[in-house]
Amino acid sequence: MSDLRELYQEIILDHNRSPRNFHEMPVPPARSIDGHNPLCGDHYTIYLLVEDGVVKDVSFTGSGCAISKASASVMTTLLKGRTRDEAEALFQRFHDLVTGGGEPDPDQIAALGKLAAFAGVREFPMRVKCASLAWHTMHTALASGDAEKVSTE
Amino acid sequence: MAQPSEIPLASALDVEHLRADFPILSREVRGRTIAYLDNAATTQKPRAVIDAVSRYYEQTNGNVHRAVHVLSAESTQAFEGARRRVARFINAASEREVVFTRGTTESINLVANAWGNSNVREGDEILVTWIEHHSNIVPWQMLCERTGARLVPVPVNNAGEVEMEEFERLLCERTRLVAVGHVSNALGTINPVERMVELAHAAGALVLVDGAQGVSHLPVDVRALGADFYAFSGHKVFGPTGIGVLYGREALLEAMPPWQGGGDMIRSVSFEGTTYNELPYKFEAGTPDISGAIGLAAALDYLDSAGIAAISAWENELLEYATEKLLQVEGLRIIGTARRKASVISFVLESAHPHDIGTIVDGEGVAIRTGHHCAEPLMRRFGVPATARASMAFYNTREEIDRLAAALETVNSMFGG
Repeated sequence: MSDLRELYQEIILDHNRSPRNFHEMPVPPARSIDGHNPLCGDHYTIYLLVEDGVVKDVSFTGSGCAISKASASVMTTLLKGRTRDEAEALFQRFHDLVTGGGEPDPDQIAALGKLAAFAGVREFPMRVKCASLAWHTMHTALASGDAEKVSTE
Repeated sequence: MAQPSEIPLASALDVEHLRADFPILSREVRGRTIAYLDNAATTQKPRAVIDAVSRYYEQTNGNVHRAVHVLSAESTQAFEGARRRVARFINAASEREVVFTRGTTESINLVANAWGNSNVREGDEILVTWIEHHSNIVPWQMLCERTGARLVPVPVNNAGEVEMEEFERLLCERTRLVAVGHVSNALGTINPVERMVELAHAAGALVLVDGAQGVSHLPVDVRALGADFYAFSGHKVFGPTGIGVLYGREALLEAMPPWQGGGDMIRSVSFEGTTYNELPYKFEAGTPDISGAIGLAAALDYLDSAGIAAISAWENELLEYATEKLLQVEGLRIIGTARRKASVISFVLESAHPHDIGTIVDGEGVAIRTGHHCAEPLMRRFGVPATARASMAFYNTREEIDRLAAALETVNSMFGG
């Protein structure tokens, strides 16, 4: 069970029970993008308010498994006030964390702060898509600038 | 018929003995012996099936229908013997009515194309139900797109049973075919296929039965059912993956043009014109899954020796036991409460999403399935994005169900509050 305790750490259970920034935002001026994991039914809408290249506000709505919801929630808390480049860098670091092989680097973990809670996901390849859904959706929103559907199929 | 609960287990079905026939059931997962409760997804294989396939490759392997040498002759004999075995198992009138395919999905696609393209026209209707597997929906959607026909889904009630009055109302002179599952893979509902066939035939429509979940739980007699087509997969009935069967009434198959072209389905080939082979070969292009067919025959032999009636009775006991135990778990709701069910239980928990349930339960060495089970319309109908599903086979035990229930309590304690 220790593997599972690593996957379902307290942060994840907490953010699943009480997701932060869990609400809609008026569109426009915010942008909204839908993210969908058809395999298991995780479905979220990410709202982004970007002004002068800075993420002024971010929120989300939707439903799904604990991993996906906690990931979305943690993401929104980390993105506020970040520049586009910083948000991109965060996305990369998260992506590497959940898809990387072997034991995660302890320095890498320390530098991640709250994201470190998701280090256990790499041991559960079937859940990587859950953890990544919100991040991929956000990444697409920032990169493309247009509202479109995202899927981690 | 005597009540199953009054028959001592040993004389009904010796489960412990049967379990020993399945090598994988003693596998350790997460430090515990695996409790495999995902049989609707695929079934485990007895040593007899594994040996039949290995022995074929070790001693017999040769291409069928082709050469005059010993290996080919023996392979052909084994392959055609398997076909006769299948015909006997489902009580087909002749082995000409048994076409080997890759599985249920391919069987249904075969009918949708070979029968559908030349028999369905614009304005015609195909009836399915709201609880069909995607494999018994999408081929018909594609057929309707090709021909301009309409796909009409028959509603089900909140227990997951087909609304028979609606079914009768929807049957009309435009209905060409009714495609219905024998047993619902997501809910376990046993559909009243015989009655649906009667009504469909009276309305002038044919019936295709998706038997993927039927053959492993119920005795299947295609003539008693009256089905025009019956499709099933080897891997869901303790046989290998990659082999399946399409049963079709001879007159229908005879009238259908071939589907896939190539070797074996022809009588002669020339650039001036090619003639096609007789049934069932007309629908078996290329080298078939010979070892798959042999493995399937061995699986059917195994089932018959255990006894379908005893198997059904034990599975019923398991279903009753599991239903009772699961309903004791707080916040658990069973989706699919038909009066007639096979040993499949879909459920949701208030405390956690099915995906999380499945991961925690896997951590306890218990294998269940989570997701939409290739039945998205069904999920939408019951207002859930996904369910967790436990599906029992005759080699499962009460103890394994206890382990599932305990794991669900763990989910509740982890996620509750």
